[in-house]
Parts: sequence; structure tokens; C-alpha cells
Amino acid sequence: MKKTFARKYLGIPYAIFLVLFVIAPLLVLFYYAFTNATGHFTVENLIGFFTDSNTIGTLLYSLALALVVTLVCLLIAYPIAYVLARSKFNSKSVVIMLFVMPMWINFTLRLTALKEILTAIEGNLAFHPFINTVIGMTYDFLPFMILPLYNTISKLDGSLLEAARDLGAGEIQVFLKVTLPLSMPGIVSGTAMVFLPAMTNYVVPDMLYNSTYIMGSLIGSYFSAYDWHNGSMIALVLLLIIVLFTLLTGSEEEEKRGGALL
Amino acid sequence: MSDRYIIELNSITKTYEDNGFTAVEDFNLKVKQGEFVTFLGPSGCGKTTTLRMIAGFELPSSGQILLDGQDIAQFPPNKRPINTVFQRYALFPHMNIYDNIAFGLKLKKMKPELIKKKVSHVLEMVDLEGFEKRKVSTLSGGQQQRIAIARALVNEPKILLLDEPLGALDLKMRKEMQLELKNMHAKLGITFIYVTHDQEEALTMSDKIVVMNNGRTQQIGTPEDIYNEPKNAFVADFIGQSNIFKGIMTGHLKARFAGGEFECMDDVPEGTLVDVVVRPEDVIITKPEDGIITGKVTSVIFKGIHYEIAVESGKYEMVIQSIKSAKVGDTIGMSLEPEGIHIMIAEDHTTRFEAEIGDDLNLVYSDRTIPCDVTKVFPGSRIKDGELFDASGEKIDTSEIKVLVSIQPGDIQLSDDVEAGLTSGKIINLIYKGDHYSYVVRTIHGHDLIVDDEYLWNMDDTVGLVMPEDKMTFSIKK
Amino acid sequence: MKKIAGPIIVVLGLIFVYAPILILAVYSFTDATTIGAIRGFSLSNYITLFTTPELGSMIWGTVALALVSSVLATILGTVGAIGSFYSDKRIGKTFGAANQIPVVNADVVTAFSLCILLVVVLGVSKDTFIPLIIGHVVLSAPFVYLSVMPKLKQMDSSLYEAALDLGASPAQALAKIIIPQIFSGIVSGFAMAITLSLDDYFIATYTKPATFDTISTYVVNATRGSHTEIKTALWGLSTVIFLIVLAVAISMNLYRGKVKSEERSDA
Repeated sequence: MKKTFARKYLGIPYAIFLVLFVIAPLLVLFYYAFTNATGHFTVENLIGFFTDSNTIGTLLYSLALALVVTLVCLLIAYPIAYVLARSKFNSKSVVIMLFVMPMWINFTLRLTALKEILTAIEGNLAFHPFINTVIGMTYDFLPFMILPLYNTISKLDGSLLEAARDLGAGEIQVFLKVTLPLSMPGIVSGTAMVFLPAMTNYVVPDMLYNSTYIMGSLIGSYFSAYDWHNGSMIALVLLLIIVLFTLLTGSEEEEKRGGALL
Repeated sequence: MSDRYIIELNSITKTYEDNGFTAVEDFNLKVKQGEFVTFLGPSGCGKTTTLRMIAGFELPSSGQILLDGQDIAQFPPNKRPINTVFQRYALFPHMNIYDNIAFGLKLKKMKPELIKKKVSHVLEMVDLEGFEKRKVSTLSGGQQQRIAIARALVNEPKILLLDEPLGALDLKMRKEMQLELKNMHAKLGITFIYVTHDQEEALTMSDKIVVMNNGRTQQIGTPEDIYNEPKNAFVADFIGQSNIFKGIMTGHLKARFAGGEFECMDDVPEGTLVDVVVRPEDVIITKPEDGIITGKVTSVIFKGIHYEIAVESGKYEMVIQSIKSAKVGDTIGMSLEPEGIHIMIAEDHTTRFEAEIGDDLNLVYSDRTIPCDVTKVFPGSRIKDGELFDASGEKIDTSEIKVLVSIQPGDIQLSDDVEAGLTSGKIINLIYKGDHYSYVVRTIHGHDLIVDDEYLWNMDDTVGLVMPEDKMTFSIKK
Repeated sequence: MKKIAGPIIVVLGLIFVYAPILILAVYSFTDATTIGAIRGFSLSNYITLFTTPELGSMIWGTVALALVSSVLATILGTVGAIGSFYSDKRIGKTFGAANQIPVVNADVVTAFSLCILLVVVLGVSKDTFIPLIIGHVVLSAPFVYLSVMPKLKQMDSSLYEAALDLGASPAQALAKIIIPQIFSGIVSGFAMAITLSLDDYFIATYTKPATFDTISTYVVNATRGSHTEIKTALWGLSTVIFLIVLAVAISMNLYRGKVKSEERSDA
């Protein structure tokens, strides 16, 4: 139907807001990444990033960390989500709520709690920086993995599992050939919500005395040094990774990312 | 009913800007104060769009809508003294029944005591007294329907629009509501404009029916007119069951169709090509020797109050409704009273399109070549060294000339292979005409053309349109 | 065996999530400075928490920032969703895609790019709080948009037309029909905005005035320092927030149960 009334014009303020404060900053970022302090065009920042063994090391370390964190989250979250989604327990929603509730507590305070516990157990956090960071991030991001998995698995049509059993599949085969493939959308959106923060949320390693940089820490250090140009280049590389990731996981999943949190 | 026209629609056309689709074309209608008018047609025929233009939800691309003589075509809906009963009722779920019905009155800043009185009065009218405090979700479909009607009527509209209001109800409820609506209309004296695709509903309730198809009015008339004197094959086919044949007038009040010559009541000049409609209940079964035509019974189905008998007569098929039964395989005679024959002058269904002359002196239409001899287009012309010369030997410049190609509906063949023909399209309408089907095919270029084919294709089939060159006639477009 | 395995997994998960918070809560009521030592009961952490002006202004500043930015984000996101929903398909899609950028983008990148645009290029002073508030609106408005949009899609489109038909102007129909119909989406969007703002560290770090701290930036700085009294007072803060969240969650559950049973008794 042709809209004769002005409802669509309500979008204008938000459209202007998005252009000014979402799109324009990204354009500025692009400009700064390819200029130097005197405002001249340069590819030095780009070359610098890929030739400096420190930055490349940081990139690889971040990717490895994110990969491990995502896997650990998945290994913990999947059984929990699976058990909850398939159980006939009446107050499932209460249990899910229990897993979501910590997200409402400020993450730095939760990390403080975790840090005190780990210190009590390990004595000195500095001895296991990588493992502590993985534990910290898992602790922080776990709900983001459980929720999409739970939503996907609980919507799974039970008759499909019965059909597979009826056709002669054993419990393990049913899981591997039916349940797991059908829970892929949940795995994908959970991964999308854990992987990127794991590369960038440098508060977690910071607070747990891990002195190795991740990609986010690089931006932080350039910010402290007022080096906007190199900082922009790092941000741009991260943006590129995000774009690639989004393309890989499919844009449909992204809509759910917001929905899963609500 | 008075003789004053309360609303007039003058050459209303609605074309959507974004896709160029014309939903309603040149719609004209005059409605008298207090009339019950029904827009009837298949889905997508433009009936709902027309209703929405009267309500103001859509604005016509051109034309006038005169309400009591004032043009309201460009008014927004809230500035029109017209109210609508929506297909799915559109009751506001977050308000109780009272607030739903009082919505319009509160906006008019009416006194609360008066609103209260009016609401309880209108609830009484729809037999739902005391429902004021109920929530919408606690009501059955039929009750929601009544509340929707009450909510519209309480505003005392000059015209009440009803958009398939009974569509969501079950059969029994629907019959009840039909009667109730009819009574309400008689009691209130308000003009009703009703949209439905259900012909029985339209015939039962209306003073006047507007039959629509493909955005165009097919016929406007009383239910009796529409049923007994359908104006064209579409109306005859859509309203009730009918046998439709192609025929020709063979003399004064005489027509030849379905393999016989019959006397009729329509005075149409001799030699005119006609479509003939025969209602199944008007066919008289006789002994074979007494019938004007004879045929073999192919099926008999008992329908409760009558038998439905299918008869094959030569290449024609006739469906008969009769209280007498027949045996499959029997040969019977059939005759018709003149009143039982409805003659419609056949429309000219010739397909015409423009083609260009290509470099190799073939005709070209939308990148496809029609392999024909161009010399047929230009009498007396001839081809020499790849150039075309006219009868007097002068060279013809073919680049500027357009050729008008005509072909009859019966000469176009349909094909499963969309690449097979000159063009392809989708079947958007079909009517059985005794010995063949008449299809309307909308081509990929957006033209509608008529194709007659003896085989049954389905609605929405995509078909190739094969047009044999030898069946085409050519003329030069000036 | 199988029957117990399921609940055990869930309980272990819950222990992992809650143990640190609960243990910290217990220790917040002692005078211990590290976890592990067994010490006597004390309310000194809470006394510090509620009497230190620095902590008070940091907490109220965070709350005020969350309220202001969430109200702005809710208004912008809601009208944005309505406008986008009723626009042509192509405009709506572009809208949705632009809205998605801050959602998928890393917070550090969003924060850094906003800082460059507003502070470095446009020269807006961080002390005006404008970059900080804009930053938090950028963070949360997209989620308001995402929570309102499904409500618009679920709504029967003829409700709006019915309101116009009964004499409402477009603005009246919007206020009396559309807004009430999507209200639950607006509320959950607002709640989401509050949560995001309270939880944020990166936007605040890159756009806040030097003298202003949110809970996140304050906690991160405090863990770097060696001020033990402040450190343990934060344990108290963590416990207070946990109790508030618990109370909100319980009352929400009770409310939902009540609405459900009411619906049942109505039907």
C-alpha cells in the first residue's frame, strides 16, 4: 500500500543520528588510517601493521585466544543448553534466567570477584596468564553462548528426533546426525557473540594481570599515546575481521544477536 | 431508499507508482442513499482497493469520489464521514469493549454521559448488552464481528464499508450474520458497501452488485440482472454454474451454437459472433428424437435436490441440473426455451502487436525473429540482393517501418516450453466454453491476450505462446 | 545415571557462574582483605561504600548517565523503528543495515572512532559529557530498534487504519494505537539500554571527562591501585548490585506469573 501519511518521516531523526554518529565515525577512521600526522595520504600505517612482528604477534595471539575461548564456551554451554532445552522441567525459564542474571551485574565487578577467587586458588595470577584470561572471558561471555543455543535447541522439532530413532539411529547417531546439524544456527550466533569480544575486550586480561596485548589493547595503547593514525589502522583491521565474520556467519544471524539478549 | 445519490465514483483509476500496476481502471458507480451495494469478484480483482479508496486508505491516481456532491477523493480517512468494518475486525486489543466503541466519539469530544448512552444503545443493537467491560481477547469471532460493526455504527456514518466481514467465520455463523446484517441495513437505512468474493453472499444480501475482474467493472446490476442476464462470459462463469458456448446469429432471434440452432430472445443482427450462456437448470431433457441436439450421458451425480448430469454432444459438453435422473451411456435429447438462452456479443479477442523489420528482412519482436516472408507484408514487393523493393521497383527503407501483426485467439498455441514461442506469459484467467477453454495470458511484457485452447492448463501456469506465421495477418503501421 | 547427569551439568554451570559472586558477598561482610583468610564479621565495607563521597558520586553518576542515555536511546530507537517499518522496503533495509553496525562492531572500535570524530576532528570537549552521552546512545539505541521492530511486525496493520477510520489524526492514531501496541518492546528496549550503559567500559573510557568515572572505569582503575579499603568496599558494591538484580528478577517472575494466571482466568 502506498503510505499517504507521515509515519515514515518519523525515521528521519534516527537516520540522521546513524549517519552522524555511526557512519561518519567509520569514514573518519578510514581517513585517519591512511594519513599521517601532517594530514598527507600514506600507506605507512598499513605496511607498519603487517611488517611489525609485535602487531602481527598480537593479531595471532588474539585469534588464538578468541578461538580457545569460543571453543571452551561452546563445550560448557552446549551440554547446559541441551539439557535445559530437552528437559521437561517446569521452571526451565527460571534456570535460564539464573544463567542470564549475571549479565545485569557490571562485568568489571564480576571480574573482580573472579580475580579474588583465582588469586586465592593460584596464589599469584601471573603464573598462568593465558589460562586465567580464558577462564575470565569464559566467565564473562558464557551467557551469550548459552542463550542462542538454548533458543535453537528448544525450537528443534521433537518429531525429527523420533523419526531418526524410528529409522534405526542410536542415541549417539541421533545427536551427531540430527541434533547437532540442526543446532548450527545457535552455534553460529553464539560464536559471533563470543569470538569478537574475545579479540577486543582487553579489560579481562588487564584485570587478570596478563601483560600480553590483544587487538583491543593495541587500540587502548595508541589512544593513550594520542596516536590516532595507527590506532585507526588497528580499528580498521578489526573492522575488516568483523565484516568477514559477519559475511561468514550470515546476516540473518545478526538480527537474532539483539533478539537473544532481550 | 431515496433517489438521491449519496456517493458517486467517476472514472476512478488506481495505478501504483512503484511498480506501475493498475489495480482499478476507469471505475464508475453511483450509489443511492440507503442502498446495499456489493463489490464482487475473485481475489486481486480490485474490489478491496476500490473500497479502500472510498475509505481513504488509498488515494486514487485519477478520478472523483463525490460524497453528497463534494469531492473527497484526496481527503484522509479521518476527515470522511465513512466507517469501515475490517476483515479481521481490527479491534484494539489493549482496550476493553467500551473503549473500543467509544474511540471515535471520544475523539469528537462528546460528553461522557452521551457516549455512555450511545455505546449501550449500539451494544443492544448487536445483541451484546452488558459487554462494556469485557476484554477483546475473551470474545468469540462472531462477537468480535458484532463489536466491530457496533464500533463503526456508533459514529453514525453516512456510508458503512464492509471488507469481507464474514470471511473469518464458520459457515453456520456466516449464514446467521448475513441475515442479521441485512436486517440491520433495513432498520438503519444507512448505505452499505460490501466487498466479497462469495457470489451467494452477494446475491443474498445486495440491492446492487458490481462484478469486477482484473481491475475493471464487468457488470453492474441487481442480483436478478446479474444472474439472468450476464453481460459477458466472465460474469456468467463467476455467478452460478453455466455452460458457455461460442456461436453465431443465424437469423432474426436465431442463434447457432453447441451443434444446433435455437430460438432466442435477444435481438442481435444476423452474422454476429456471440457467446451464449445456458444455465444448467434451464436445459430440458427430452427423448432423443425431440431434442434440438442429442448427446451421450457421461456422468450423473446426485446433489440432494437435483441431479447434475454431464452430457457429451459431439465436441461440446453440456452440464444439466435436473430433478429427473439419467443413466450413464444413455443418449438423450436436449432443448432450450428462448428465455433460457443468454446471448452476449462476443468481444473482439484478436491479439495485435507491433514488430520491426530486421536487417535480414525478417520480422523481429522483442529480440525474437518471426521467420516470415516480408514480401507478404508489402503487396507486390520483392527481395533482390538482400534489399526490399516495392511494386514500382523502388527500394523500401525498412528501418522506419513498423508492422502490425494480428492473430486470432484460436490460432495461438500454448506450450510447456516457455522458450518455444514468440513470447511467454502466465495464465491469469480461464473459462470453459463448451468445447474449449478460453485463457487470459499476461505476457512477460505485461500485455493480456486471449488464447483459445482445447486442453486444460492451470491458473498461474507459465506458458510459451507459439504463434504460427501462416496464421498471422500483417499490416503496415503508418 | 543418565537421569542425574543432566541436572549435574546444569548445577556445575550455575556454580561456576555464581560461586565467585557469592563467595565475594560472604567476604564483603568481614574485615578480610583477601579471600581465603577467615576473619570476623564486619560492616566496615558497607560503611566505606555509603560514606565515601568519591564512591557515591561515581555510582550516582553512572546511574544518571544510564537514565539520560537510555531515555534518549529509547526515543530515537523507537521512532527510528516506526519510521523504518513504514518506509519503502529499500529504505527500511538500509536502515536495518546501518542499525546493525554498532551491534556487530566491537565496542573498542565504536568508542575509538567516536572519540576521533567528536573530540579530535570536531573538537568537542569531553568535559561537556556530550561525547559520552552520544556514545552510550550509539551503543544502546540499535537494541531498542531491534526490540521494537518485531512488535511492529506482529501488529495487525489494519489497527492503525481502523483508528484513522474512526476519526483519529495520524498523530492520534500513533499515540493511542501504535505506541500501546508496541509498548512491551519499548520497555524491554529501555531495560536493555540501561543494562548496556551500566555495563559499558570502552565507550566511557574513550569519551568521558577526565574527572568523571563510571562504575566500570572506576573498578578497573581501583584494581590497578593498591587502595585496599576501596577494593573491599567494591565487594560490598558488587553484593548490593547482586541483591538488586535478584530482587528485580524475582519480582519480574512473579509479575509474569500473575499476568499469565490472569489471562487464564479470563479465557
